Amino acid sequence: MRLLAPLALALIVLAAVGWAALADDAAPMSRGWVFGERGGADLFGNVCAACHQPDAKGAAGAAAYPPLAGDKKLVSADFVLTALFKGLRGMPPLGDMMTDGQVADVVNYVRTHFGNSYPDAVSASQAATARKTAAP
Amino acid sequence: MALMQRDPTMSDTAAPSLNRRRLIELVGASVGGAAAYQVMTRLGFASESPYRGPIKLDGDPKGASVVILGAGLAGMTAAIELERAGYRVSVLEFNLRPGGRNWTLRGGDVYTELGGATQTCEFDPGLYINPGPWRIPYHHHAILDYCRRFGVTLEPFIQLNHNAFLHSSNAFDGKPQRIRDVKADFSGGVSELLAKATRKGALDDEVSTEDREILLEALRSIGALDKDFRYKAGEDSAYHRGHAKDPGGGLGAEPIDGAPIGLHDILTSRLWRSLQNFLSYDFQTTMFQPVGGMGRIGEAFARQIPDRIRYGAKVVSIRQNETGVTVAFEDLAASGAVREAKADWCVCALPLTILSQLPIDVSAPMKAAIDAVPYASAVKFGLQFSRRFWEEDEHIFGGISYTDLPIRQISYPSTNFNAGGKGVLLGGYTFDGPNSYEFTAMPPAERIRRAVEFGAQIHPQYGAEFENGVSVAWHRVPFTLGCAGDWSDEARSAHYNDLCQIDGRIVLAGEHASYIPAWQEGAILSALDAIQRLHRRVVAS
Repeated sequence: MRLLAPLALALIVLAAVGWAALADDAAPMSRGWVFGERGGADLFGNVCAACHQPDAKGAAGAAAYPPLAGDKKLVSADFVLTALFKGLRGMPPLGDMMTDGQVADVVNYVRTHFGNSYPDAVSASQAATARKTAAP
Repeated sequence: MALMQRDPTMSDTAAPSLNRRRLIELVGASVGGAAAYQVMTRLGFASESPYRGPIKLDGDPKGASVVILGAGLAGMTAAIELERAGYRVSVLEFNLRPGGRNWTLRGGDVYTELGGATQTCEFDPGLYINPGPWRIPYHHHAILDYCRRFGVTLEPFIQLNHNAFLHSSNAFDGKPQRIRDVKADFSGGVSELLAKATRKGALDDEVSTEDREILLEALRSIGALDKDFRYKAGEDSAYHRGHAKDPGGGLGAEPIDGAPIGLHDILTSRLWRSLQNFLSYDFQTTMFQPVGGMGRIGEAFARQIPDRIRYGAKVVSIRQNETGVTVAFEDLAASGAVREAKADWCVCALPLTILSQLPIDVSAPMKAAIDAVPYASAVKFGLQFSRRFWEEDEHIFGGISYTDLPIRQISYPSTNFNAGGKGVLLGGYTFDGPNSYEFTAMPPAERIRRAVEFGAQIHPQYGAEFENGVSVAWHRVPFTLGCAGDWSDEARSAHYNDLCQIDGRIVLAGEHASYIPAWQEGAILSALDAIQRLHRRVVAS
C-alpha cells in the first residue's frame, strides 16, 4: 500500500469541483474520493448526518448511532479527531476522504452546535498531526 | 454491497490514505490487471471458494443446544446444519423476515430507514430490486450448492453486455460509448502498437525469433488487425467492433464499416478504467441470480428450519459462564419486553456494527477484533420505468453501464428479455467514497430525484418514462448499520484470527469472519467453518 502513496498524492492534485446539481436549491455532490464540501455545516449535513442524522440526535435500530447533540465526549477534540482518522468500531475513518482543513472545520462545527459549546477550536495543522498519529 | 460487490469506480482523485477497494482500483488503473489480481488475492478477493460439498458433522452432540443470533445466510446455515446433526437450535432475528442482507424489495413492501423515513415500494407485480447481494459468481460453490439443495431456481446474471455503455462526463462530449467499441478499439489500438514495436525489433531482446511470428499472429487475431497489422476501419476491425451499418438482406444490404475510436481518445477518456469490471475473477461469466429476486435464497433457507426462528427479537446482551450462554433480547412484538434465551453454545452471526455495541462476555482479544472493523457505505436505487426503453430503443439486454457520475452504474434487468412492458433498473450503486455518504445523508425522495437526473445524462428517456423508485442506503439500514465489513490489511492481520476463535461457548460467523467479505459465499463458508470447529469441541467434551 505504501508504494502507492505517491501516486495517490499525485492524484489528489487533480481534486475537482463538485457535480453541479440540476436543481438550483440542491447541493452539489463531490467528484472523486475527497469530499468537495467546504465548511463545517456542509460537511456535517452531507457526511456526518448520513448516520448521526441532520439534527445530530443519532438513530437506533438493532444498534444505534450515538447522538452528537449534547455529547459529553466531544469535550475532547482529540477524541473526535481520532474517531475521524482511525474510525470507531463500525464507523469508517472518514477523515481519510477529507483535507486537514475540512477535518478541522467539521470538528469545530460539531463541537459548537447541537447544544455543544466547546470554545477550543482545532486547527488544520492539529488535524494533520492527528492524521499522522493515526496512520498504521 | 459486494455482497454487494466491489465495483471499481471511475474517479479522478484519491483520498490521502487508500482504502482497499480504492487501492485495487488504482492498481488496476495504473499498473495493469495482473498486478491488480495479485493485490486482490493478497487482500482475500479473487480466491476460489474452498467449498467441497455438504459438510458432515459426525458424532453425537448428546442433546446439546445452540442459540444462533441472526437469521441471515450465515446464521441460517449454522442452524440448518446443526439441527441436522442433532442439536437443539433456536434463532433470534431482529427483522420480521429471514435473510438479513439477502433481501428483495417488491411492490407493496414498506421499508423504514434509520431516521424514520419510510418508503413504500410501488413497483408493478413481478418487478423487484435487490438492495443487497444481486449476483453470484460461478466459483462460489457453497451458495450454488445450497441453492441446488433447497430448490432455488437460478438464471444467468448478465455482467458484461457489449452493447451497454461506458460513460464519462468529461469525454466524447458526455456521449456514452458502447462497451463493444471501447473494448475492441482499445484492444485493437494496443495490439497495433505492440505489433509495430515487435516488427521494428524493439522486443528482440525479449522475444525469440520463433515466438515473434507467433506473437504477431496472436496480436492480429486478438486485436482484429488487418494483413498489414493495422487497426482501422475495414472488415477485420468490423469482425470485433461491428459495423456502422449492419449487413442486411436484398438490395443495398451491404454493411458499412465504422471508424474505430483512436487510442489517444480512449486513453484520455479513462473509459478503459471500467473494463476491469469484465476481467476480474469475481465478475467473470457465468454469473447467476435467483429467479424472482435474491431474497428467494433467504426464504428457501428459512423453510428448512420451520418454527426455529424467532422474529422481532433485538439482542441486547450475550453472557456466558462455564455451563452455558444466556442471550437477553427485547421482544419487539411485546413493547420491547426483555426475555432470555439460554443454550449450551452460541453462534453469533450479528454484523459487527451491532455486536460491537452489545455487552458480551468474550476475551479481550476477541472484543478488540469485534471493535476493529469499519463497515462500508453503499447505496442502491431501484427505478421503475413505463417501458423497457433500454431494450426497445438501445438494444441493451441485461448488463451494466458504468459512468463517472455519482450513480456509478446502471444495471439492466437480467430477466424477461424482449417481452415489452415495464421494467426496473438498478439506477445507481455506490460503494464507499464521498458520493455514497452524500446520497445516504439525503432523504430518500431526494436520492431518487438525483439518481433520475444523473441517469438521464445517459438515457434521455428517463424524463418521459420514469414512474417511481426506492433507494436503500446501507448505513441507514436498521438491521446492519452499514453494508459489510471493510477490513484494512492492518486490521485483518492484527485481529482476524482472534475474531474467528471459539471463545468459551461463543463463536462468530458472517461475511466479516471470512476472506470473501461482502459476498454471501463468505457468510456461508464462515458459518460452516465455525460449526465444524464447534462440533468437534462438543463431541470431544
